[in-house]
Amino acid sequence: MIDRRAVLAILAAGVAAPLHAVPLRYTIDPQPVAPDLWVVRGVDAPIDHANGGAIANISILRTAAGTVLVDCGPSLRYGQQLKAAAEALTGMPVIRVYLTHLHPDHIYGAAAFDRSIVAATPALARSLETLGPSFSDGMYRLLGDWMRGTEFAAPGKVLGEDHETFGDRRLDLYPLAGHSEADLAIVDATTGMLIAGDLVFHDRAPSTPHADIARWLASLDRLGTIGHRAVIPGHGPIDPTPGAAIDQTRDWLSWLRDTLDRAVAEGLDAVEAGNLAIPDRFAALQAARYELQRSVAHFFSRIEEQALPRVDLRR
Amino acid sequence: MSRVASYSAAVVAMVVAAPAQAALPADPLGSPMWQRLGKSLFGDAPVRFDPRVRVIFPDIAENQRQFPVAIDARGIVGVKRILLFADLNPIPLAVDYTLGAAQPYFSTRIKLDQRTPVRGAVQLADGSWLVSGGWIDAAGGGCSLPPISRVKGDWAQHLGEVRGVARRVAGATRVRLAFRHPMDTGLIGNIPTYNLEEVVLTGAEGRRFGDLRIEASVAEDPEFALIVDALPGEEIAMAGRDTNGIDYAARLMPTTVAAPR
Ligand SMILES: [Zn+2]
Repeated sequence: MIDRRAVLAILAAGVAAPLHAVPLRYTIDPQPVAPDLWVVRGVDAPIDHANGGAIANISILRTAAGTVLVDCGPSLRYGQQLKAAAEALTGMPVIRVYLTHLHPDHIYGAAAFDRSIVAATPALARSLETLGPSFSDGMYRLLGDWMRGTEFAAPGKVLGEDHETFGDRRLDLYPLAGHSEADLAIVDATTGMLIAGDLVFHDRAPSTPHADIARWLASLDRLGTIGHRAVIPGHGPIDPTPGAAIDQTRDWLSWLRDTLDRAVAEGLDAVEAGNLAIPDRFAALQAARYELQRSVAHFFSRIEEQALPRVDLRR
Repeated sequence: MSRVASYSAAVVAMVVAAPAQAALPADPLGSPMWQRLGKSLFGDAPVRFDPRVRVIFPDIAENQRQFPVAIDARGIVGVKRILLFADLNPIPLAVDYTLGAAQPYFSTRIKLDQRTPVRGAVQLADGSWLVSGGWIDAAGGGCSLPPISRVKGDWAQHLGEVRGVARRVAGATRVRLAFRHPMDTGLIGNIPTYNLEEVVLTGAEGRRFGDLRIEASVAEDPEFALIVDALPGEEIAMAGRDTNGIDYAARLMPTTVAAPR
């Protein structure tokens, strides 16, 4: 007989669970952050089996026309639980699911919704055509049974407009880029909340697998001009101020860029670059060393290719 | 032949060819390959595990085709040779570095095939080996693994290109070299093995800094870092060769100029 501990051990190992095992469940706990606006906070940690990939912040809005979601989590299972929890909370069916960008911790939950209500900007829709399904193997390998039944589905609604209105609630859409090739930030005009997607991280180090730091910094500058009141970041706690999380994200990215440039110029290798000291002012950022080492993997060779001179005799 | 079968056959051939030998110490990492691999790499020489051989790598393999590893044995006097290997890779050995006028530091990027121990071994003048290392999970990067199509396919136009820098820091000279090369393992599809196989660094009048023997388990577009004992004003010459007999040559003049900020 398999006892509960053995079942948990099997689940923890990411091995397919026996059919009679207790189904995995996410904790969906929406926190009110403004009138008719809630956030389901992600765990401020890397994706792993213990958190089921639920690391991104998800926003829930109640409008007179129905419930609007911004991002929808990492898996079919998450999407299903999110839909049930959001509809129970608002008493209204989900009528729109915005995808902020291509990363699977934000969008693989879309599998739980009718495609016609899942919306992306034209640039994101294009990028998802090729890259959308490409994260599936990695997610299944990391998360095992949490991912069961999850298949990436392309968004059914391509957003041509610069805003959408549901009842009397206007949502302003800002198609930007830099964290990825296509990032969507949304401002809820009623409350002044900026739902920033992964353009803004807060007390959690920014991740950069598809980042273009120069474009990202330009997008942060743009976000600094729109006159919002507070920020829901893609990862990390809500910023009650307009600027703190944006400034922190900008500070980390600028430091990262300068640090890697300098490491290449000084002839350091990738191992040394990943172990460089992280300044004390970033002590509050979760997963800082982890993301620095990932960023070295993303950028270091490219910087070397541009910064290191040819030394061969054919040049 | 599958990669597992060809790998096993290679190992069996190595073991059969080896003479009778002293027992290897038990492996603190519990690798299933340690005994066979240890015998093939170290033969009869005495082997000890020693944490002063610092094998340094990131906590996760964000890109399992380009996993950076450094071996730093500068706390040990008299190192004459450094091996970098990953037990469970189809080609376990990555680099065999024979030191001349150089300090025992070496880094490169390797391919990872699966969760595996990654190790450094350094040989002393008496022939004995000191070994250290740790496990790395090749699936660590997970969702951000770039798709296979992302691998550069334009190496043919860039073959022979070498980028690099040599910087004098505290009396020693750090050398960084980056090649364009496909580093085909012979294990994928019908693409035959094709790799950079030797890199030799020399100084004035042919003075040897070091000699790298390189296997196809080193990552595409191979990169190396070494620390050599160049004299002030001494130019460093690199001569390399790949398995198709193509020669590579480069020259680096060490500089102490402050890096642009
Ligand atoms: Zn993201």
